[in-house]
Amino acid sequence: MEIIVEGIRQAFYLLFTLDPEVLGITLLSLEVSGTATLISLLIGISVGTAVALTRFPGRQLVVSMINTGMGLPPVVVGLFVTIFLWRNGPLGDLEILYTPTAIVIAQAIIATPIVTGITLAAMQHLPKNLRLQILALGATRLQMIWILVKEAKLPLLAAVMAGFGSVISEVGASIMVGGNIKGYTRVLTTATVMETGKGNFDIAIALGVILFILCFMINAVLTQIQQKERPR
Amino acid sequence: MKRFKHNVLVMGMIGALVLAVCVSPAIAAPPKQKNLILATTTSTQDTGLLDVLIPLFEKRTGYFVKTIAVGSGQAMAMGQKGEADVLLVHSQEAEKKFIAEGYGISRRLVMHNDYIIVGPPGDPAGIRGTKTAAGAFKKIAAANAIFMSRGDNSGTHAKERAIWKNAGINPEGQKWYQQTGLGMGHTLAVSAEKKTYTLTDRGTYLALKKNLGLDILVEGDAILLNIYHVIEVNPARWPKVNAAGAKAFSDFMVSRQVQGIIKKFGVDKYGSPLFFPDAGKKEEKLGK
Repeated sequence: MEIIVEGIRQAFYLLFTLDPEVLGITLLSLEVSGTATLISLLIGISVGTAVALTRFPGRQLVVSMINTGMGLPPVVVGLFVTIFLWRNGPLGDLEILYTPTAIVIAQAIIATPIVTGITLAAMQHLPKNLRLQILALGATRLQMIWILVKEAKLPLLAAVMAGFGSVISEVGASIMVGGNIKGYTRVLTTATVMETGKGNFDIAIALGVILFILCFMINAVLTQIQQKERPR
Repeated sequence: MKRFKHNVLVMGMIGALVLAVCVSPAIAAPPKQKNLILATTTSTQDTGLLDVLIPLFEKRTGYFVKTIAVGSGQAMAMGQKGEADVLLVHSQEAEKKFIAEGYGISRRLVMHNDYIIVGPPGDPAGIRGTKTAAGAFKKIAAANAIFMSRGDNSGTHAKERAIWKNAGINPEGQKWYQQTGLGMGHTLAVSAEKKTYTLTDRGTYLALKKNLGLDILVEGDAILLNIYHVIEVNPARWPKVNAAGAKAFSDFMVSRQVQGIIKKFGVDKYGSPLFFPDAGKKEEKLGK
């Protein structure tokens, strides 16, 4: 019990003294997971909307695949991304294995099916006649899609939170494709694993607390927006 | 009007996030050929030795070192695929095979410390003070006392298997033989928690001692010597290997200055050194 109190004390100490290493790790986590979430939003919202609004053969299969993808194990993603990015692998010439970019790629792959799945569900949940009404009022197809996306805004914010939450807290892929390199690819989760291995439990707990605070702040802001918009 | 305001707010936030990501410098890849991939064992990272040496090497040579801390087995597998430039490992037999098969060039002795058998102070199998490691393993097996193995093909795991072989015991599948599949630090933590025996390098044990509550029970047997070599991956096999960088790192590790740092490393914190520098010595002469 003592060690947890000590860890929390340590967390605030590291935060308030702006410890450069911890600050760097925290900012990198935010940057990497933020970028990955943005990419997943771009892909996920477009694909999710497209699949929700169209009918085509094999659609059931695609939806099943998206839903399965929502539970992609991060280490498996990490393994495949590693194999692709190896120097002697198919994309080896890019030389991006063990860089923050590699982590962004892996995390985007993890988050995209989550965002896609939630978008799909949200879009399908809109009243069926809404589309017809919008079209009847003379909107173009693009305008219709834009209105539908706005209508589904609340669940889409949930998609942002779920996507970001899954990648910022993910460790398996980050450690594999990033390598936990000090000052370069060390993020909050991989640093926590390493400090635990070193037996520095107080610092490990401190990093965990910082991660938690970070997630809480971001979700608090998003929830604030979401709940303000709640239809009355 | 109110809705409009909210939309502006949301768009503004997304915009700010995009901007923050775009201007951030950390995402940019460093210049080519500057990168040097060092695949090494967990013990060199968990003891903190590399945190001292790597910045010094980078400052002096301008290389950017990507340290990937894994078990010796995985480190050598990375070398075999040309996915690492230089290795710092401790698994004698596997290293010799690695060189013999032409995957590596220039295997140089860097340092040693020793393995110890640790366990709960109560010592249920009564191995304390046993002269040989194999003798201690026999007692552990006879008492059905739980032994925690790394089980990850690391140098420590290879050493442990060699000792079991000497003891004439096959522990695989035994109920008292458990494997973590984790690094040394994690395995020690599991071992401490479950009050089991385990084999560890002295460096990691000393670095973690304060949280463990495990005692050193057997030490000093010649088989318990833990020797670290630096190996340059063969660029003839893998053209993408940074051979110049690997050579620079290998030279650096056996340089007089670094050997001096290794000699003093950990003395202030743990009262005794974690590693003993050995550059230029003959492997067979160690521990004698």
